[in-house]
Amino acid sequence: MSNIIVLVKQVPDTNARIVLSGDRVDLSAVKKVMSPYDEFAVETALQHREANGGEVTAITVGDAGADKVLKDAKAIGVDHIVRIDSSESLDSNALQTVLASVVKSMNANVVYCGKSAADTGAGSTGPGLAERLGWASVSNSISVSFGEQLSVITPSAGGNARYNVPLPAVVSCDKGDMKVRKPNVKGIMQAKRAKVDVQTVDAPASTVSVVSHSMPPAKPAGKSYEGGAAAAEVAQLLRDEANVI
Amino acid sequence: MSETIVIAEIVKGAVHSTTAELITAAQALGSQPVVIVPCTDAGTADGASEMSGASRIIAAKSDVFANYDAAGWAAAIDAVAPSGVIVASASPQSKDLAARIAARRGISVVQDVVKIDGHNLTSPIYSGKAMQTVALSGDAVLTVRPNVFDAAPSGGSTEISVVDTTGDMATAVQEFMARASSRLDVAEANIIISGGRGMGSPDNFVHLESIADTLGAAVGASRAAVDTWESIPHSMQVGQTGKTVNPNLYIAVGISGAIQHLAGMRSSKYIVAINKDADAPIFQHADYGIVATWEEALPVLQSTLSSMMA
Ligand SMILES: Cc1cc2nc3c(=O)[nH]c(=O)nc-3n(C[C@H](O)[C@H](O)[C@H](O)COP(=O)(O)OP(=O)(O)OC[C@H]3O[C@@H](n4cnc5c(N)ncnc54)[C@H](O)[C@@H]3O)c2cc1C
Repeated sequence: MSNIIVLVKQVPDTNARIVLSGDRVDLSAVKKVMSPYDEFAVETALQHREANGGEVTAITVGDAGADKVLKDAKAIGVDHIVRIDSSESLDSNALQTVLASVVKSMNANVVYCGKSAADTGAGSTGPGLAERLGWASVSNSISVSFGEQLSVITPSAGGNARYNVPLPAVVSCDKGDMKVRKPNVKGIMQAKRAKVDVQTVDAPASTVSVVSHSMPPAKPAGKSYEGGAAAAEVAQLLRDEANVI
Repeated sequence: MSETIVIAEIVKGAVHSTTAELITAAQALGSQPVVIVPCTDAGTADGASEMSGASRIIAAKSDVFANYDAAGWAAAIDAVAPSGVIVASASPQSKDLAARIAARRGISVVQDVVKIDGHNLTSPIYSGKAMQTVALSGDAVLTVRPNVFDAAPSGGSTEISVVDTTGDMATAVQEFMARASSRLDVAEANIIISGGRGMGSPDNFVHLESIADTLGAAVGASRAAVDTWESIPHSMQVGQTGKTVNPNLYIAVGISGAIQHLAGMRSSKYIVAINKDADAPIFQHADYGIVATWEEALPVLQSTLSSMMA
């Protein structure tokens, strides 16, 4: 019987246009979804449960608005949903500290998360949490097989590497060849009724604070050409102007 | 005074040239960095010694560094690194390592930095649709995107001290599965040529492959190509749910430039787009845009490159 945890995060829909209001992004009009890589983590957690038995708990950190991502995870099939209540923006040290304290209290065997969150793209949470727990970790997994230990495949220079990963461990998940299951009607009904277990944990002060947001620097308009013959000139420019070949 | 520390980027057991960019980034934080070279053989550190601008080099020698294990590497590097701000490359492996070292020291990590201004660090967020600037008020570990900072000039001869170190490995590599093709992976390449649905058929990727071979480039693909054609593996996919790449040159062929594709490649130094639709969004991001079918443009590109490279 395994006690399986999956970390999920709510992020702006990856199709959404991001706009600024002053020097901060304004997400008020943007639809929020589960970060795409977290879907792979949820799928892996459910496969782990099917292989070894046990229960899956989805955890997120955020305010009540983040309950939606937990309900989404519940609809897909997790057993329990936990929100660590926080309305401030936490730096990686603060975030991982609160996660580590909750995971510790749950006697978990394994934690799955997305390889990075689609908003920050950082990918720090999985390995950082593992270090704080003193656990093994593997990031960017493209395939996991479940046994006494995990067998995890990740990209490595020149190909892929298969790792033997003793439990407890944290694995961050990439897509690989995975097909993720979608919520069914029963799952959606259960999710509606499901209660979020809200926990509060003291976070250390953040030493990294957001100063401002901005739009990416506009790229100077490029050169444009009509017709395939222009490829010859472009090849020359790549060598003589851009110096990249 | 606390030091600035660079963790040399190690690829296949050798110091990668990106390390010279890390030295420049570390200097932007205000001091000559100490460079730590994780290695099994101290001779590896020679590869860093000719990069100028470092105050000293520590060859951190340990069997742990034979294969990557996040826990073992973090412990072995932490043991030899002085306190201070640590700079590493924003490669998948080093981002993982950076997060572990930061957690080990109880400090924060800031990933994918593209600009350093005093203690203000800027990174792309929302897949590059916006930028975020944060202020550091303590030690931290940062990773820096490749091909953003200038490389520190060569010609240095920084002194190397060898320090033995160790750490407990948590995982073990069972096997390496080499790629069937000898071609580079998109995550490792400095030049990438990618094909999208506009290639019409996976068989037409041979035209991209032959240009890739001429340039020493990797071949990438859009998600539409990967999802539509079984012979195009997900490992080639660039974008939001594929790989994030920062090559010097990215050539997009028959790719429309959807926001999720841009997410994976928009920070490429130079972008070339070949697309038959003049209104394709990819052209807004291209340094060189060619409105043409690939059937017209690729043979010309191939023959010009072949004669240039000959
Ligand atoms: C959550 C999510 C994640 C996603 N992740 C990714 C990702 O990681 N990577 C990714 O790429 N996409 C991703 N997508 C999909 C993305 O939205 C687009 O659907 C995809 O990028 C389109 O691929 P394409 O440009 O190859 O195809 P299309 O959009 O169909 O474009 C084909 C292009 O080829 C051109 N063309 C046609 N014939 C020719 C010819 N003979 N010569 C030259 N040009 C020609 C057309 O003008 C057109 O611009 C994601 C989507 C979602 C919702």
